[in-house]
Amino acid sequence: MSRQNEAEEQRRQRGQRALLLLSLAFIAAVTLCGFLAPLLSPYSPAGLQEGRILEGPSWSHWLGTDGLGRDLFTRILYGARVSLTVGIGTALIALIIGSLYGLISGYSGGPLDSLLMRIVDVVYSLPDLLIFILLSLLLGRNIAGVLLALGLVSWVRFARIARGQVLQAKEFVYVEGARAIGASHLRIIMRHILPNIAGPILVTLTFSIPAAILAESTLSFIGLGINDPYSEWGTSWGTLAQDGWRAMRTYPHIILFPGLAIFFTILSFNYLGNGLRDILDPKGK
Amino acid sequence: MVRFLIKRLLHALVVLWVVASLTFFLLHITPGGPFDRERRLPPEVLANVAAKYHLDEPWWNQYTRYLTGIVQGDLGPSYKYLDRNVRDIVADTLPVSASLGIFALGFSLALSFPVGLIAAYYRNSWTDRFCLFIATLGISVPTFILGALLIWLFSLQLGWFQAGRWGDINSAVLPTATLGAAPAAYLSYLLRSAILDTLGEDFVRTARAKGLKETTVLFKHALSNSLIPVLTVLGPLTAGLVTGSFVVEYVFAIPGMGRFFITAVTDRDYPLIMGVTLVYTALLVGANLLVDLLYSFFDPRIKAQ
Repeated sequence: MSRQNEAEEQRRQRGQRALLLLSLAFIAAVTLCGFLAPLLSPYSPAGLQEGRILEGPSWSHWLGTDGLGRDLFTRILYGARVSLTVGIGTALIALIIGSLYGLISGYSGGPLDSLLMRIVDVVYSLPDLLIFILLSLLLGRNIAGVLLALGLVSWVRFARIARGQVLQAKEFVYVEGARAIGASHLRIIMRHILPNIAGPILVTLTFSIPAAILAESTLSFIGLGINDPYSEWGTSWGTLAQDGWRAMRTYPHIILFPGLAIFFTILSFNYLGNGLRDILDPKGK
Repeated sequence: MVRFLIKRLLHALVVLWVVASLTFFLLHITPGGPFDRERRLPPEVLANVAAKYHLDEPWWNQYTRYLTGIVQGDLGPSYKYLDRNVRDIVADTLPVSASLGIFALGFSLALSFPVGLIAAYYRNSWTDRFCLFIATLGISVPTFILGALLIWLFSLQLGWFQAGRWGDINSAVLPTATLGAAPAAYLSYLLRSAILDTLGEDFVRTARAKGLKETTVLFKHALSNSLIPVLTVLGPLTAGLVTGSFVVEYVFAIPGMGRFFITAVTDRDYPLIMGVTLVYTALLVGANLLVDLLYSFFDPRIKAQ
């Protein structure tokens, strides 16, 4: 590589690191907003105010108010809880189901492995968003139901990656050594295989958070996602955007701000995933 | 080759059967039903309705009736639209959704090839970085937000295109761009890195050493060898278009299958939900089969297996 290319490469890496830090900072800020929502805002997310309906941004209402006079900034703060809970919760459920499945499949090998992978192939070909909608009808259209339904359709990716990694790790000399000195299966998996497959799994985890946030907010927007208007926890950003969508012609700010919140959150997680992949899993590029 | 295709075909059939069964049983065990009203219907009426749709029979009878119906091309009655059955609704709405999907696919291919080539040609320059930045935005922006933004800008503010109608070119522009944006961004990414990979190959160095023009090397050697990775993602891409289409149809009020799916879920019109899910799956599976075929056709290494 020439000297100019090296300088170019260094500059690129610096830029990527800056983006990674920026995304991390944004995610941290959103998380804090979710936790501290009651402290950060003097208003209640459900606090109706007569006579202050559909106001634009002002000093007392930073992002304006909605059709019922509720402070939009407050509602977005509380909405962060919904998006993050759904995103992280879904990713964790998918991680647990998928990694266990992939681990068992890859470690056992043989006919059980091919049977389990045949099942994964089929699940992978399902139209996941539609199955998710039907599952959430069954499990209830609240945060817990949506979270579980999303987790149940998105574990396959983890299963495939975990299995692939286990197959590779199984061939390493030190695993063979551990087996030779009579280590139990559990010990081999916990001590020797899991630490080796953690990197790619973590990268997949990071990418599945924005995917879940996107799925949840999209479905809430079209009215098939979370439908829990009396929840104390907060209203989904997708539902907020839906409120704004109906009034977009005259009051575009009501859809703009929830939209920006969704967009920047997803963008940050994607940049975080890219950065983590560069660090943890350079081959997976 | 033939064995490979038979295997893929069997897989496709299994997927269709799984989806048919899954939707059937999921909706079967979901509490509440399509005939629950605010004001309870009289028991005689409910009994009549149940008898009409065979809901009074044990579930295995209903299940086998449903499966035999599918095999015969009958997707059952619609609970909501009494004068039409599910097959009629699909026949009316599928062409709309399919043309939207094909427009969007064409849009993304037409946009991503020049962008991918330019970004690869001017690699690591500001042009390249700008293309990558736009592509990252395109991947991260949710479809419904992009749709709302395009409507606000081009329809409400500038008045260039119409939104909320379907049937002519002008009103198809914004939905096509909305649905095609994410695939276009993704394909540009992919093409750029595939072309860059190919440019590092020995035969490209040979071509350059022969004194061929850079454009010849780029188009003839690099581009044509970068098509295989593009082919492999056409399957998942179609999946994205299919699921994306019902959001776009909702936002732009396009009378396609996705919009009927959404209202069917709200109305709990179970046969319509099952039918549309099955047709969507068939589209997905069919697209994947096609990709497998093309793939084995273009890459001799697959054919040999």
